[in-house]
Amino acid sequence: MLVSYNWLREYVNVGISPADLADKITKSGIEVEVVEALNKGISGVVVGHVLECVQHPNADKLRVCKVDIGQEEASQIVCGAPNVAEGQKVAVAAPGAVLPGNFKIKKAKLRGEESLGMICSLQELGIDTKLVAKEYSSGIFVMPSEAVTGSDALEYLNLHDHVLELGLTPNRADCLNMLGVAYEVAAILNQEVKIPSQSITASEEKAEDFISVSIESIEDNPYYGAMIIRDVKIAPSPLWLQNRLMASGIRPINNVVDITNYVLLEYGQPLHAFDYNRLGSKEIVVRRANSGEVIQTLDDQNRTLQDTHLVITNGKEPIAVAGVMGGATSEVQADTTNILLEAAYFASGRVRTASKDLGLRSEASSRYEKGIDRNRVFAAAMRAASLISEIAGGKVADGIVEAGKREVNTYSVKMSVSRMNNLLGTSITAEQTAVIFDRLGFAYKANDDEFEVTVPSRRPDITIEADLIEEVGRIYGYDRIPTTFLLTEARPGGLSLSQSKRRNIRKYFEGAGLFQAVTYALTTPDKSKQFSFNGQKVYPITVAHPMSEERSTLRMSLLPQLLEVVQYNRNRSMEDIAVYEMGSVFVNRQETLTDLPEEYVFVSGAITGLFNEHLWQGEKKGSDFFLLKGILEGLMSELNLSERITYEAGQIENMHPGRTAVVKLDGIPVGFVGQLHPAIQKELDMKDTFVFELNASSLIEAETNQTVYNTLPRYPSITRDIALVVDKELPSGDLFTVIQAAGGELLKEVNLFDLYEGERMEEGKKSLAFSLKYFDPERTLTDEEVVAAHDRVLKSLEERFGAQLRK
Amino acid sequence: MKERLEALKLEAIGKISESHDLKDLQAVKVSYLGKKGPITEVLKGMGKLSAEERPVIGAYANEVRDSIQLEIDKKQAILEEAAISEKLAKETLDVTLPGRPVKHGNAHPLTSVVTEIEDLFLSMGFTIAEGPEVETDYYNFEALNLPKNHPARDMQDSFFITEDILLRTQTSPVQARTMEKHEGTGPVKIISPGKVYRRDNDDATHSHQFMQIEGLVVDRNVRLSDLKGVLETFAKKMFGEDRKIRLRPSFFPFTEPSVEMDISCFKCSGKGCSICKQTGWIEILGAGMVHPNVLEMAGFDSKEYTGFAFGMGPERIAMLKYGIDDIRHFYANDIRFLKQFKNV
Repeated sequence: MLVSYNWLREYVNVGISPADLADKITKSGIEVEVVEALNKGISGVVVGHVLECVQHPNADKLRVCKVDIGQEEASQIVCGAPNVAEGQKVAVAAPGAVLPGNFKIKKAKLRGEESLGMICSLQELGIDTKLVAKEYSSGIFVMPSEAVTGSDALEYLNLHDHVLELGLTPNRADCLNMLGVAYEVAAILNQEVKIPSQSITASEEKAEDFISVSIESIEDNPYYGAMIIRDVKIAPSPLWLQNRLMASGIRPINNVVDITNYVLLEYGQPLHAFDYNRLGSKEIVVRRANSGEVIQTLDDQNRTLQDTHLVITNGKEPIAVAGVMGGATSEVQADTTNILLEAAYFASGRVRTASKDLGLRSEASSRYEKGIDRNRVFAAAMRAASLISEIAGGKVADGIVEAGKREVNTYSVKMSVSRMNNLLGTSITAEQTAVIFDRLGFAYKANDDEFEVTVPSRRPDITIEADLIEEVGRIYGYDRIPTTFLLTEARPGGLSLSQSKRRNIRKYFEGAGLFQAVTYALTTPDKSKQFSFNGQKVYPITVAHPMSEERSTLRMSLLPQLLEVVQYNRNRSMEDIAVYEMGSVFVNRQETLTDLPEEYVFVSGAITGLFNEHLWQGEKKGSDFFLLKGILEGLMSELNLSERITYEAGQIENMHPGRTAVVKLDGIPVGFVGQLHPAIQKELDMKDTFVFELNASSLIEAETNQTVYNTLPRYPSITRDIALVVDKELPSGDLFTVIQAAGGELLKEVNLFDLYEGERMEEGKKSLAFSLKYFDPERTLTDEEVVAAHDRVLKSLEERFGAQLRK
Repeated sequence: MKERLEALKLEAIGKISESHDLKDLQAVKVSYLGKKGPITEVLKGMGKLSAEERPVIGAYANEVRDSIQLEIDKKQAILEEAAISEKLAKETLDVTLPGRPVKHGNAHPLTSVVTEIEDLFLSMGFTIAEGPEVETDYYNFEALNLPKNHPARDMQDSFFITEDILLRTQTSPVQARTMEKHEGTGPVKIISPGKVYRRDNDDATHSHQFMQIEGLVVDRNVRLSDLKGVLETFAKKMFGEDRKIRLRPSFFPFTEPSVEMDISCFKCSGKGCSICKQTGWIEILGAGMVHPNVLEMAGFDSKEYTGFAFGMGPERIAMLKYGIDDIRHFYANDIRFLKQFKNV
């Protein structure tokens, strides 16, 4: 809502500057987003009188004018506007004047003719082109003949005004009009509201002789009123009216249309003026449109209607879409003499549906949608009729032809002062409360602590006690509310175990060298099912109205998005990347989604290029499988899960078939680690990229033993190394398992310290060297015990895998 | 004989001082103090001396021996020190050369901001509540006093999956769920951080996915003035001790009264600059007293219990704190962007 400061002063005694007013309004609850000075820095523009206007000798499109700007001598000004003419009063920017954009006017020569300044159009004076009336849109602005030569031209255009732009929350539709704003400002400044006068001298003709009104559904259209005004003369509106419309963002059209718009702005009541002679009948019938019915609207577009739309008809065909836009056939035109003025209350749902379906949003429709003050419909009609007869010279026929109910009953809401103070933390007295209700213009009955407030019909947002408490609080001033501390009993805050484990996992990956990424949960249907849930019986979760295919489906894996991060960075010449993300994935196992999908927290990562580099020492560590697996092993150790995690060769779509391990917790898969399939790498134009994905929820939920201290060793340990020759395909993990089992209690540590698959080995064989540490915390081991255990190990290895000691 | 010893002493001391390394010195020691050395020789000739002279010369010989030994020790210490210095000199490093870098990543700036806010509220006795990102229409709207066809639903165009299931547009459903779990008994004191989704076109200031942190306190006697106290603590911790806060009345369907909190501009301290759009104030969050309908729907008696709630956007806070100009940076994950938040 754009509020002209000067216009507002007609209803309230403001007494403070526009900036101060804006500040006070903002603090009391309606945010003033912008305070705009309409003059936009203009200075030195005066009223000029065109004394003479002749053709430029050297240019077809230019005229040379002699203009009296109130100085001793008339100024010669060259003007290119087609509508400039002798005798006009015009706005002249003389040399030294400044126009918007800090454009300084200087003496100039145009095609050989001296020009002392310029004659201005409205656009040149900073008015938006779409607000300029048609007759001036391609030429200079012609001022009223009574304008005083040499005086300040901005005065006539009301450009010394300021406009306050209100950012209204949905509950404050009451401030979508000047009167509503006036009530608000009056409450804030403790002033009275001056209601505009309306005096109609009705003619002897009766409105009901000209028109009849009927409505089909009282729910769709609770009230319809029609007035008849005869013998109007369509002409441009007086300048003051045009100025106010332009300041409010509405383009002047002609006096009758302008007045309906003016009253819309003033009362918040949408009005429509039909050309009575072009109605095509003497009746108004408001009904639902028939599906497929067509109307040509004011903007000359043919609109196809639905039966959910409400239309005004002449008994046969639609002449307006109710609350949205009038029809072209009954439009007020230059030759219009008789007017039917509509003042109605349409249900907001009807207007919203039509406005949405037809893609038509107007000042009228948006007010109907948010709800108008039903008790103002009649007053607004009277105000408009009075202005039309005053400005356009019409005769108002006696009466208003109505259907439905003109007014609604008011209701009251109770509020207790003590409950208010309990809620706000204040100590406002009943007397102060009464004063505030007076300022708001709310009628009330007071009984000690309790107020019974009659809610004015302009404030339908007030329905419960808390609404009244807010009204009192905001006028009292939120800056006067004290700052206190909660009286609730003190309880320890703190992270849950799951929350702190998630933090630990993140910290761990960051410490290990990975950067945390945060990506979008919506992806393509194709990407949504890659990796973790590929091949499982799951159904993609697609949003009903996606913004794009790219962001249409919820992810079941974090990896596709992380690979996009890798690509994004590689496209910017960053080849060495190590990222991880922790986030939710969404899994739907129902064919039609009736329950909420399963949500799991996943943690996934990707590394590629150099992982670490010591430049001047010439040391490099590239990304590889074992680097990433080592990082995961460290995580499992951090989570106290190392003993329960196994890695088994596995096949995952889009992963390298020979370089992928399924990660299992207690034998149940919880993720995987490996290299991307070379074909995918090629497709994405990536170098070798290693990724992992883990179901963090599973890892976090796994119960772990509490840490218990082990006595520090007091007895020496004995270490034996063995080098084994086994089949090349045998996974080393199997050897670990067998060694550990055969070694028994005494075998405390097994480490692989060498792997050889070179040419000195027999075909199909490889050699692995392990270091085995035997130890008993209670005593010193004897050589015999160790030999016995070690022999068991060697025997088991031979029996199970045919492993031989390497010679 | 005494003269001879005197001469030997002078001679040895001379040799000692001429020694340039430990090897030379050892040779001197052996040649003078060894069993075959001249002093031993002298002592062997003692038999020829008179009984009076013998102890005198003997004592003197020992004295000479001791003083030579002393000189040797002194010299040895000097030579050893020199040897160490020489070794150290050879080992000197250019300590200004760069060290071996240790690879270290860091948290995403949004996570850092969320963690900082979480820690602040944890210290004030709040706990962290979480809920699903895919929500029911009931928890996302209805339980928050936004029945179907409520005009305020206009404000949040949503990603619906089915008629009743959608991507949550706010983290408030977590509040509704948490209150429900409390079965009408306070206190409830939570914050709920998380991802939310709205049908916006991604541009410099909009993102279809973003984060929110909401807070909720429900108990007997919870007042708007308490909300002011909590928010002031928050503002000072996040944006500096000098910050002032201001509450402006506003509108949210789930709170009544509703407020918006501004903080005095941390850049210009209220004088007016481009960050605060010349107003001296920066809008940080929305808050209010929990709407009675919301309390009742979650099973609390609104006559007995009151509460406050607040909600803020970590993206906005991070953008303000670090001067980030485009919200899309958070989701592009450019390594050069992420790296800049090592110390936050």
